[in-house]
Amino acid sequence: MLQFILRRSVGAVVTLFLIGAATFFLFVAAPSDYASLACGKDCSPERLEDIRHALGLDLPLATQFWDFMSGIVAGRDFPDGDCPAPCLGQSFYYSENVWDLIVDRLPLTLSLTVGGIVCFLFVGLGTGMLAAYRRGTLVDKVATGASMVLSSFQIYFLGPIVLLIFVYSTGWMEDPKYVPFTQDPVGWLVGLSIPILVMSTIFTAQYTRMARSSIIEQLQEEHVRTARAKGMPRRYVFFRYAWRGAMIPIVTILGIDISALLGGGVVTELTFSLQGIGRLAVDGAVQKDLPLTMGVMLVGAFFILLMNILVDIAYAWIDPRVRLS
Amino acid sequence: MTTLTKTEDSPAPTGPESFLSVRDLKVRFSTEDGIVKAVDGLSFDVERGKTLGIVGESGSGKSVTNLTVLGLHNPLSSTVEGEILLDGQDLVTAAEKDMERLRGNKMAMIFQDPLTALSPYYTVGRQLSEPYMKHTGASKKEAKDRAVQMLEKVGIPQPRTRFDDYPHQFSGGMRQRAVIAMALMCDPELLIADEPTTALDVTVQAQILDLLRDLQQEFGSAIIFITHDLGVIANMADDLLVMYAGRAVERGTTKEVLGRPTHPYTWGLLSSMPRLDGDINEELMPIPGSPPSLLNPPSGCPFHPRCAYTDQVAGNLCADSRPTLAPGRAAACHLTAEQKQTIFIDKIQPRLR
Amino acid sequence: MSENLTLPAQQGSTGNPSSAETLLSVEGLTKHFPIYGGFPIKRKVGAVQAVDGVDLTVGVGESLGLVGESGCGKSTTGRLITRLLEPTGGRITYKGQDITHARRRQLAPVRSEIQMIFQDPYSSLNPRQTVGSIIKSPMEVNGIDPAGGREKKVRELLELVGLNPEHYNRFPHEFSGGQRQRIGVARALALNPKLIVADEPVSALDVSIQAQVVNLLKKVQDELGIAFLFIAHDLAVVRHFSHRVAVMYLGKVVEVGDRESIYNGPRHPYTHALLSAVPEVKVADEGEGEGEGRERIRLYGDVPSPIMPPSGCRFRTRCWKAQDKCATEEPPLVQISGNRDGHLTACHFPEGPTTESRGEDVVLDPALKALEKSAEKD
Repeated sequence: MLQFILRRSVGAVVTLFLIGAATFFLFVAAPSDYASLACGKDCSPERLEDIRHALGLDLPLATQFWDFMSGIVAGRDFPDGDCPAPCLGQSFYYSENVWDLIVDRLPLTLSLTVGGIVCFLFVGLGTGMLAAYRRGTLVDKVATGASMVLSSFQIYFLGPIVLLIFVYSTGWMEDPKYVPFTQDPVGWLVGLSIPILVMSTIFTAQYTRMARSSIIEQLQEEHVRTARAKGMPRRYVFFRYAWRGAMIPIVTILGIDISALLGGGVVTELTFSLQGIGRLAVDGAVQKDLPLTMGVMLVGAFFILLMNILVDIAYAWIDPRVRLS
Repeated sequence: MTTLTKTEDSPAPTGPESFLSVRDLKVRFSTEDGIVKAVDGLSFDVERGKTLGIVGESGSGKSVTNLTVLGLHNPLSSTVEGEILLDGQDLVTAAEKDMERLRGNKMAMIFQDPLTALSPYYTVGRQLSEPYMKHTGASKKEAKDRAVQMLEKVGIPQPRTRFDDYPHQFSGGMRQRAVIAMALMCDPELLIADEPTTALDVTVQAQILDLLRDLQQEFGSAIIFITHDLGVIANMADDLLVMYAGRAVERGTTKEVLGRPTHPYTWGLLSSMPRLDGDINEELMPIPGSPPSLLNPPSGCPFHPRCAYTDQVAGNLCADSRPTLAPGRAAACHLTAEQKQTIFIDKIQPRLR
Repeated sequence: MSENLTLPAQQGSTGNPSSAETLLSVEGLTKHFPIYGGFPIKRKVGAVQAVDGVDLTVGVGESLGLVGESGCGKSTTGRLITRLLEPTGGRITYKGQDITHARRRQLAPVRSEIQMIFQDPYSSLNPRQTVGSIIKSPMEVNGIDPAGGREKKVRELLELVGLNPEHYNRFPHEFSGGQRQRIGVARALALNPKLIVADEPVSALDVSIQAQVVNLLKKVQDELGIAFLFIAHDLAVVRHFSHRVAVMYLGKVVEVGDRESIYNGPRHPYTHALLSAVPEVKVADEGEGEGEGRERIRLYGDVPSPIMPPSGCRFRTRCWKAQDKCATEEPPLVQISGNRDGHLTACHFPEGPTTESRGEDVVLDPALKALEKSAEKD
């Protein structure tokens, strides 16, 4: 198992390096001059030259690449100031180190993700299990119907409605905002409760449907029937035998969802005017801010690879066939 | 054969020696396409310590019958009518809690495919111990001892080590042995084996069949042995029930049914099977057509569209009226005893040598 | 070994005069599926020796049965001969032409002469094509225009395999399993093949339907003179269909010979065990007691893994006659004394040529031994 984790980690580092290289060369190779973008509208040739020099764009391509990659490990110096490791370069737009920007925004994204996961896993999987257990009954029909409707909603639709009702017209709650958990745990929860709930409503609906269908699929499995033929109680068979197998597809999707959320829930952040990683990604793209975009992308890629490894470890934990082969 | 003397329509009290008694069992599934009459008026008895073979092709209702006996049919989509008496207790009307107490304890099942019949997520030992702990209230240690003992009995080498292995670490034949051990954990009085060797290789099948027979002698369970293979059943069963389209078409002792079969379907099955010692130049005599859809079964005798002898029955009887299965040694067919005798001697018997 | 190879084709004429001329010959055919693993860089760590040095010949118009249990490599052999798989080693010769590694273009004319029938009639037909176009497409691919047009030919084929030619425009799902297998047969016949490789063609079918398809294949074989490689695990079906039979165990042919020799005078202990394991429909008559009839052999355990097959004779781990020699020396496939011409056996210590009961059963299974011993005591 340890060997497996080691191998996967090495693989992930290599993949990250390749992604970094690929994005770097794609941007540099693209026929646009980033110095002039950074320079702004009324740009004098001298200023442009300065910026070129400051960004290191006057150096050979190989040197630029080396500086970028070694900066991540060892840090590098810019004329505008230090960029300690891990250095992902300086943002043109914010004129700040990209890493600092990401570190600044990450807590919000993490809070949204963790809060969302807790909600939609508990409620979604719980409802899905209940619906599967009481298949064909009213409970099942209501759960299935509601999740069908809710999962076809979108955050940018549900979000403003909730805001309109709870914030603007009634004033029961304040505008969503981020308060660091370490400062004020209650404020943290209250500030983010609306975005978390709105986001997880849609995920909850999806997870309800997924949990229900994969448990029902598992209940048809022959080994589940064998367990019943042994006289094991229905509830025991449901939780020990059917649920175990149903977890595999759920874990797969969960891994994808978590890495997507950590890479930035753009729509959620924009809908509720929150400053997270997603917002940073949008800024990078809109402002054609090369270092920022690359930085956000690498962080996103890191989360995806991390989740992939975690999902594989989860498989091994769930299924001995994976563990022992 | 005294236990087979009850008619289909009279659910008389069961005799003392009849351990399982099924009376006029009807199982229907509602599907999108309509109602499937999976089992349509089936009656049979199983005596203690004896083996009843149920033979039929896919869709004959043989597996559904036995899932119903165990109460493992889907209660939402199926309806069950009739009577299933296990040692005097009606299983059709029994509460789920009571069924749970019986399953794996008084009656156990061996499924067809050992690869899918065991859960891949738990060790073989755990899966064996579970029912024993539940039904006898034994401790974990007692259950383990019992499981190791049973694994040894069915021929698993190093049972104490293999106890902690997962099913995928067993070979196909070993898995089926583990499934058999699991079924025998609580010393069941009724064992239902649903095509237990169909997924296995020939040499392994021979080992498992002999094992089941030897174990029955030791444990004295009644066995219902379901199969499509007449060769397998010939060596396993005391009594035989031939099923077609959800109904029993012929019953008797194995020797009677295979030695002097009296239903055209049984004739068809026997003469369409190639044999190791048969005449090589004799062409196989298949049954024409295919088994009927149970959504819309043929009128009258369900076998009549494939039957070669309907012209010997007066009028349109075969298509119009459903032949009944008389008590005891019998076949559900409109042919007279003399006709059957003549056809069998002239056309069928020469092939069965 | 090669001097033994030609024997079956030349001499295996018992009851089948047409096999004098060799159509297909296979020498030392090998297929290893590599297994990768290791750390930190994955490399080849072993191989599944699915087929390991198989020698076979099929004569013109002859039917060769290939029997064995799962994992013996019989299906892989069929796929190698039809070149659906690339052989690791050995030689496949068809009509004197070496096709072992023949390229697509060279293979094209041969492909139309060697056709395949598959086990599963449900998944081997494209559900979105009509029966007509399924049967027609081999002709289109190979640019064959039979007299009277392709459609006429398809209708003739449908008629030949016992289907209604009117069903030309129906889809596979409208047919039952047996009928679908007939469609598979019609498709295989569309190119007037010389050899059909049938891989378990009837084992997915119900008993009553099985006989229909076996009879059809037999009719096709007799009337059209097509040679068959009939791969199956059911020994009774193979006996009914084949002129000669080859028995495989763990990637090797352990015994081959004419039908009569294999079924009535087998020499290899594995063939004995296989035949003894076939359940018989015969109900014991009153007079017949224990010890009469067929011999009873119950082996120990399952077939070993083809990843690390036993040394020497591969059957030795389950064999009651095994001695030290069996572990060190692989027995060659030769005609041992007492065998008919063309009856080859790969065994150091062959059994007597009979399937009759020998007084005492051979029971190697420990559980059976124990149970039967305790039953005797009682």
